[in-house]
Amino acid sequence: MREVAIVAAAMTPFGELWEMSLRQLFAEAALDVIKKAGVDHLDSIYVGNMSGGCFVGQEHLGPLMADQIGMAGVPSTRVESACASGGIALRTAFFEVASGASDLVLASGVEKMNDGADVTNVLATAADQELEVYHGITFPGLYAMIARAHMEAHGTTEEDLSWVSVKNHRHGALNPKAQFPREFTLEQVMNSTLVAEPLRLLHCSPVSDGAAAVLLCPLDQAKKYTDQPIKILGTGQATSAMALADRKDPAFLDSVQLSAERAFAMAGVGPGDINVAEVHDCFAISEICCIEALGLVERSQAAGAAASGLTALGGRIPVNTSGGLKAKGHPVGATGIAQIIEIFEQLRGESGARQVQGASLGLAQNMGGSGASSVVHILERM
Amino acid sequence: MPSPRYWREVPSRLRLEAARCSGCGKVNYPPRLICPGCRGKESEPVTLSKTAKIITSTVIHIAPDDFLFEAPYAIAVVETPEKARFMAQVVDCDPSSVGPGMDVSLEFRLIRKEARSGILCYGFKAVPTASWEAKS
Ligand SMILES: CC(C)(COP(=O)(O)OP(=O)(O)OC[C@H]1O[C@@H](n2cnc3c(N)ncnc32)[C@H](O)[C@@H]1OP(=O)(O)O)[C@@H](O)C(=O)NCCC(=O)NCCS
Ligand SMILES: [Zn+2]
Repeated sequence: MREVAIVAAAMTPFGELWEMSLRQLFAEAALDVIKKAGVDHLDSIYVGNMSGGCFVGQEHLGPLMADQIGMAGVPSTRVESACASGGIALRTAFFEVASGASDLVLASGVEKMNDGADVTNVLATAADQELEVYHGITFPGLYAMIARAHMEAHGTTEEDLSWVSVKNHRHGALNPKAQFPREFTLEQVMNSTLVAEPLRLLHCSPVSDGAAAVLLCPLDQAKKYTDQPIKILGTGQATSAMALADRKDPAFLDSVQLSAERAFAMAGVGPGDINVAEVHDCFAISEICCIEALGLVERSQAAGAAASGLTALGGRIPVNTSGGLKAKGHPVGATGIAQIIEIFEQLRGESGARQVQGASLGLAQNMGGSGASSVVHILERM
Repeated sequence: MPSPRYWREVPSRLRLEAARCSGCGKVNYPPRLICPGCRGKESEPVTLSKTAKIITSTVIHIAPDDFLFEAPYAIAVVETPEKARFMAQVVDCDPSSVGPGMDVSLEFRLIRKEARSGILCYGFKAVPTASWEAKS
């Protein structure tokens, strides 16, 4: 396999972008990347997208998006893995470059959630329709059950959950692309309206529109496009039982652990070597479960990691410096690529007030459903 | 939901038909072609008991359109004595009283009126047992 680098990155702001359509969001991010890298062609395109069909009635996004950026003719493939669509689009693009089949591959993600659809219903298509959704479960509901199981097994508290939101909004307040770039107090989080007990509004990622894109090429060609390429050192993907009821321990995300083990093995590094991480905090409990399953913190420290400052900017392992899905926003198909962009910028020293000084190794973890898929990437400064 | 799908799911959903794996003894609900525990292909039919224990639960406040008028409602992962786990609403009680460890019985109920097709969708809901209520 060839070594692969990311040479350029761009994203739209995340938020309720009523003036922008699905295709416009994609085109804005993609054209920006193409301009930054100064390339005049692409060999292949991957578009991560959860549900263009249900959100806006549009499928077949591969050719649509290639056409929108003047690249009709180029192979273009839509990748779907619920909220992990973006991360898995990147992984697919990585293998196309690593294999030697293509040199210049665009990995992107896009979602248009604010367009009149019953969002709660559409998101629930990523759960098990026959066994879960039939009975009236929602996505916040699934993670609420994970939260309750975690509280029961490990004594995690509502305050622990709330600190994750407080921390991520502090980070997000420093990110101009974030949907909610503002701070919330612990009291505001703990008194926000209930969505699915014990999860409240301010424990949930919002409903967002947005797109993100990065350009991949072989590492030995990267200097043609940028002075500061970032190497993709490892990638790992895993699945778990689709229905929460079919997991051995509903409080543990085994797909996250498995995908991390694979990525670490490929990269030849361990969780202790990571300087900065973006993890899939679709709900406050997810961040706690993810940092624990990734091995970024000890299991006994996971619940209190946000409160103690361990995972805050300036802490031992800053997590979700972008504001995470919570504050930055979560246009589901775009999220996996946006996480990669935060790590890409951190490793290039471009994160401004959010900069983790001297970061040389970063990790991004993106997950789908209630944890039925997970994908982990490890990036390295050259 | 299209009616062929509803009809197809009748045996497991309306009759609680499951399968016990001949290889590892795991009860799979609904039955599958291959056991996720041991990949064995042999199994014998088993009907689940109508009692269960709550493993984890939540109370839904923001509901999908079909359940809009029922919120807030409790929903849980329950486990029957056969060790089959599945999701069910927990009703006939204060939703905020529902939590892990609770004993429930499973009762045949209307689950939803499907908006698009108008099909009345039935299945099982969980009801806290009298003995549980006495205990707490
Ligand atoms: C939590 C949720 C149900 C709230 O939706 P809602 O009840 O329709 O909320 P509204 O859009 O009416 O927003 C109410 C207010 O809270 C704000 N708000 C909404 N979601 C917010 C969030 N997650 N964080 C912070 N503020 C939020 C809105 O801007 C609005 O503020 P305003 O009154 O000042 O305008 C919705 O955001 C949601 O479903 N989130 C989960 C998304 C999800 O499951 N993603 C997939 C995960 S795998
Ligand atoms: Zn078996």
